[in-house]
Amino acid sequence: MLEIRDLKAGAEGRDILKGVTLSVKRGEVHAIMGPNGSGKSTLARVLAGHPAYEVTAGAVEFNGKDLLDLDPEERACEGVFMAFQYPVEIPGVNNSYFLKAALNAQKKYRGEPELDAMDFLELVKDRLQVLHIDDELMRRPVNEGFSGGEKKRNEIFQMLVLQPSLAILDETDSGLDIDALKTVAEGVNAMRSPDRAIVVVTHYQRLLEYIVPDFVHVLSEGRIVKSGGKELALELEAKGYGWLEADAAPAGARG
Amino acid sequence: MSTSTETIEQLATREYKYGFVTDIESETLPPGLNEDVVRAISAKKNEPEWLLEFRLKAFRAWQNMTEPTWHNVHYAKIDYQAISYYSAPKKKPVLNSMDEVDPELRSTFAKLGIPLEEQMLLAGVAVDAVFDSVSVATTFRSKLAELGIIFCSFSEAVHDHPELVKKYLGTVVPYTDNFFATLNSAVFSDGSFAYIPKGVRCPMELSTYFRINAASTGQFERTLLIAEEGAYVSYLEGCTAPMRDENQLHAAVVELVALDDATIKYSTVQNWYPGDKDGKGGIYNFVTKRGACRGRRSKITWTQVETGSAITWKYPSCLLIGDDSIGEFYSVATTNNRQQADTGTKMIHLGKNTRSTIVSKGISAGFGQNTYRGQVKIGPNAAGARNYSQCDSLLIGDRCGAHTFPYLEIKNATAQVEHEASTSKIGEDQIFYCRQRGISTEDAVNMIVSGFCKDVFRELPMEFAVEAQKLLSISLEGSVG
Repeated sequence: MLEIRDLKAGAEGRDILKGVTLSVKRGEVHAIMGPNGSGKSTLARVLAGHPAYEVTAGAVEFNGKDLLDLDPEERACEGVFMAFQYPVEIPGVNNSYFLKAALNAQKKYRGEPELDAMDFLELVKDRLQVLHIDDELMRRPVNEGFSGGEKKRNEIFQMLVLQPSLAILDETDSGLDIDALKTVAEGVNAMRSPDRAIVVVTHYQRLLEYIVPDFVHVLSEGRIVKSGGKELALELEAKGYGWLEADAAPAGARG
Repeated sequence: MSTSTETIEQLATREYKYGFVTDIESETLPPGLNEDVVRAISAKKNEPEWLLEFRLKAFRAWQNMTEPTWHNVHYAKIDYQAISYYSAPKKKPVLNSMDEVDPELRSTFAKLGIPLEEQMLLAGVAVDAVFDSVSVATTFRSKLAELGIIFCSFSEAVHDHPELVKKYLGTVVPYTDNFFATLNSAVFSDGSFAYIPKGVRCPMELSTYFRINAASTGQFERTLLIAEEGAYVSYLEGCTAPMRDENQLHAAVVELVALDDATIKYSTVQNWYPGDKDGKGGIYNFVTKRGACRGRRSKITWTQVETGSAITWKYPSCLLIGDDSIGEFYSVATTNNRQQADTGTKMIHLGKNTRSTIVSKGISAGFGQNTYRGQVKIGPNAAGARNYSQCDSLLIGDRCGAHTFPYLEIKNATAQVEHEASTSKIGEDQIFYCRQRGISTEDAVNMIVSGFCKDVFRELPMEFAVEAQKLLSISLEGSVG
């Protein structure tokens, strides 16, 4: 579903990704781990099409399409979702209005009938329960005045409503207490399906106790230096990232 | 980033949607201004002697005044002798029904998307349409008359209700008030008049659509609204204008009088031609709007959405004279391309326990310059007066500007005055967030801007709010860079 080949990218003239190759298939959950500054979040943002990053080399194919050729909104409509590390506040714009606009924009793109207010409300009610989110959150402006945990839960909630085929979680666990972490993980696990792939970007192994990955990749200085199964996360937890840094492992990874 | 810049360029070059000229024969005075012109205007309108005197006094005062320069707007010097001060549609309409209105004019309204008949019949809005300085359509008058409400053109009021006009004209905005108001007092063409008698709640929104037509004719509207004791009225003013090459001067005066327990809501959506993307040809809008809360517990609310004009110079104000009276000002001002706006309000607290609220939202895009200028004045007798001001600026792109000039003058120690201000930029991150969810850049900007303006929009009557939101998105199309 997702084929990343020798992807190089940077921002403001600085090279961050120095040749990332990764293959993600439907139904798989991949974890991208790595120390701060290794390029994990950059990878997530480049896949989503953040305009601050420039791709200098390589290719990304998504369901047979050249992902890098698509605008961010087209990628979203094609089924790429990114849960933001720092969700943005949009004052005065009601959460429910925002999400309905997003959902209907995607439906329109795909030639599906748009949802009216009633149908949307029903869908939302259903999804809210999964995350134990109060209705009231829907009436508040997007992320404005939300606690860190509420913002992250809101990201996952949006994901549940939009039902993407590829979900990228960018450090969704950061700043969450254990209860919030469990709730978020529940939401993500509810999304797991043979048709869908999930890429979890995280610094810590903790989240992976609740969202158990099929593959773990370690990113260091813009390259994937090690790939393995879920046990790799535990190994990292025990030994730390320093363990890999001396290791000039092959810059490729398979999944 | 490059894609959104392209969209901007495309959309920024899009032409003004309401630019067209209607071919109705006009009776126009030759350009120039002197006492004879003032007399001619008055004579054409068959005015009584006292009104001619008012005009002449204003004209003489104006000759000794100089154009203000304290504002933060720049424009080529206006040649007041090059302007024609009177233009009227030649066929004087008889106003028994809409059928008698010039078909040409009706199609103009249709082009503007303001089907008058529909407005009247479906929306239950009485429309007093001002076209080229002379009112050509007044509706629902008989229905309003049953309640004792007078709603007519200013000229008609002069003839039919001279005692009311004489009593209130120039009492809120004196003829010596300022350069532009004084000019208006000398040469005003026509405008609207409304009178709501004691204890009457006006059952419908009173609405006026202004439209400037006829090349290089200055438009000098004069509006007077009086709400007697316990009366309530909501008045809507909205306008569009045809495309023009030379600049057009507009200097209107609006006076509101609210007596004991009376409430006046005055809402404006202003969409005059802003000029092309280089700023050529837009309307100069120098307006004096002021309301006097003369009674106890009287209340005046100004709500404005300013999206048009090359220059906007406008400070709808409240004189809070009566004890416990309330003044409110809610404003959205947008400047795009080369537009300049210097707008705000004055809240003059004179009575005890008077309260005022100011919510100003300035949006700048392109090379637009947006200035909020507001004065809160608490007089020595205004014990317990309170003011809350909130001025927020939103910048789109990095070539525009936002400026805030709050003036406070407090002469009573028991007053409470609060001022909050913020400036934010529509961030790339906000737009990216929306796009990542599937929402296009255009829609994202509209959404963010509407969110920003929410506090003001909710003060507008429902259908007006919808229109305002539409105008706002048109005027900001392609402004993200």
